[in-house]
Amino acid sequence: MGGYGDVQMIDEDGKRVDGRGPGDLRPIEIEVGVVPVADGSASIRWGANYAIATVYGPMEAHPRKISRQERAVLDVRYNMAPFSTTDRMRPGFNRRSREISKVTSDALESVVQLELYPRSKIRVEIEVLCAEAGTRCVGLTAASVALADAGIPMTDMVVSVASGKINGVVVCDLNKEEDNYGEADLPMGVLPNTGDLVFLQMDGDLSPEEFQQAWDYNVNAAQAVHEIMVAALADRYGGGE
Amino acid sequence: MGEDGASDGRGSGRDIKLVVPGEALGPAADRIVGHGVGRRGDQLIATRLGHLCEQGSEVSVVPVKTAYMPRPGDLVVGYIEGMRANIWFIDIGAPFNAILPMSLAPGKVDYGATRDAMDVGTTILCRVQEVDESHSSVVTMKGMGLRKLNSGFVDQVPPHLNAQIIGSKGSMIQMLKEASDCRIIVGQNGRLWIEGEPEGVRLVRDALKMIRETGHAPGLAGRVQGLLDS
Repeated sequence: MGGYGDVQMIDEDGKRVDGRGPGDLRPIEIEVGVVPVADGSASIRWGANYAIATVYGPMEAHPRKISRQERAVLDVRYNMAPFSTTDRMRPGFNRRSREISKVTSDALESVVQLELYPRSKIRVEIEVLCAEAGTRCVGLTAASVALADAGIPMTDMVVSVASGKINGVVVCDLNKEEDNYGEADLPMGVLPNTGDLVFLQMDGDLSPEEFQQAWDYNVNAAQAVHEIMVAALADRYGGGE
Repeated sequence: MGEDGASDGRGSGRDIKLVVPGEALGPAADRIVGHGVGRRGDQLIATRLGHLCEQGSEVSVVPVKTAYMPRPGDLVVGYIEGMRANIWFIDIGAPFNAILPMSLAPGKVDYGATRDAMDVGTTILCRVQEVDESHSSVVTMKGMGLRKLNSGFVDQVPPHLNAQIIGSKGSMIQMLKEASDCRIIVGQNGRLWIEGEPEGVRLVRDALKMIRETGHAPGLAGRVQGLLDS
């Protein structure tokens, strides 16, 4: 990070390369029930990102050694399609996808009521079809909607957003250029109803004030994304007020 | 016939407000926590995606989707998934396989001859006999009408739509039987056994497809009636 400090990505009026202001999100669209054979599914378009999340289960836990006597296990698999990036992504599990699967699983475990399904397994698959920075946030948000669609009991839905720093300015929801050439990146997973934090990673350096600003951007953006998630579920199942 | 599973009454409260997991449902004081509802401090929250249902002081959420959880007495259609010398493992569509001990099989089976009696892939009609606290279940094939299903078709709908298939006082299932002239058994795990002439079976499967796709929306009986009439 910060290796290309001379690249100008925000002008003096606070306008970014794609025309957004510092606190603006990219356009987001969520659709529920896109994979009919799955128990729950959701697709999400977030800027140029496009990901599909599916949920199967609760089901018998295989292999047996992963099952837990007192609760279910979440088996999360995050994967990027080979054609999702300009450089071909080598198919299969790698160090990065393993890490993202793990942190996604940890974030979701804090809301899913796993104790209701002892010894079983809930399978969550996240497939990124087009990647443009922030895919872990996109995947986690989509997985959260897919879990709700599958009827899995949860105490809240996780919303994930990343903020960061470009040319010394803290901005919300980094796009590809800002992610590649920026100075810092702070992805967070937030519970919109309580404001609790369930996932946080940081790349690069932020001062305490900048960190606070990025935090505030993420928490506010999470509320906006949550409204889109709720609208998508209401669109699928009717209802609302 | 062994059809079973009258509506469990959870259809009431439909087309009320849709709630999502984590949504606040107001103060918890003097209110009874029902299905799909939890507490956060002194507030009630929804823990599932579904329609809010308030009956008296009880607050519950009628989920739009739910996994089949076996209960003693449920009539279910299962598939044999494996066996040992004296038990079979049955896929009943629940989070765990059920066990069918040799002693509860139909007729006499010799020790070690489980595969000869019922091989992997056999479809059976059985009843859940017991479920323990860790959700392990035992099924039985001793009882009226419980048997191997050697003919007919098995189709599947999500278990939360079972109440819609049965209909009010069995009206929907009766309508399907009369229109198709088929024998239909509705398992409470969402699997249906259908036997009859090919035309009738096709009609029932078309109706089930419609129920799968539009069962969550109101006015289902009218739509199915329209399909059967056409």
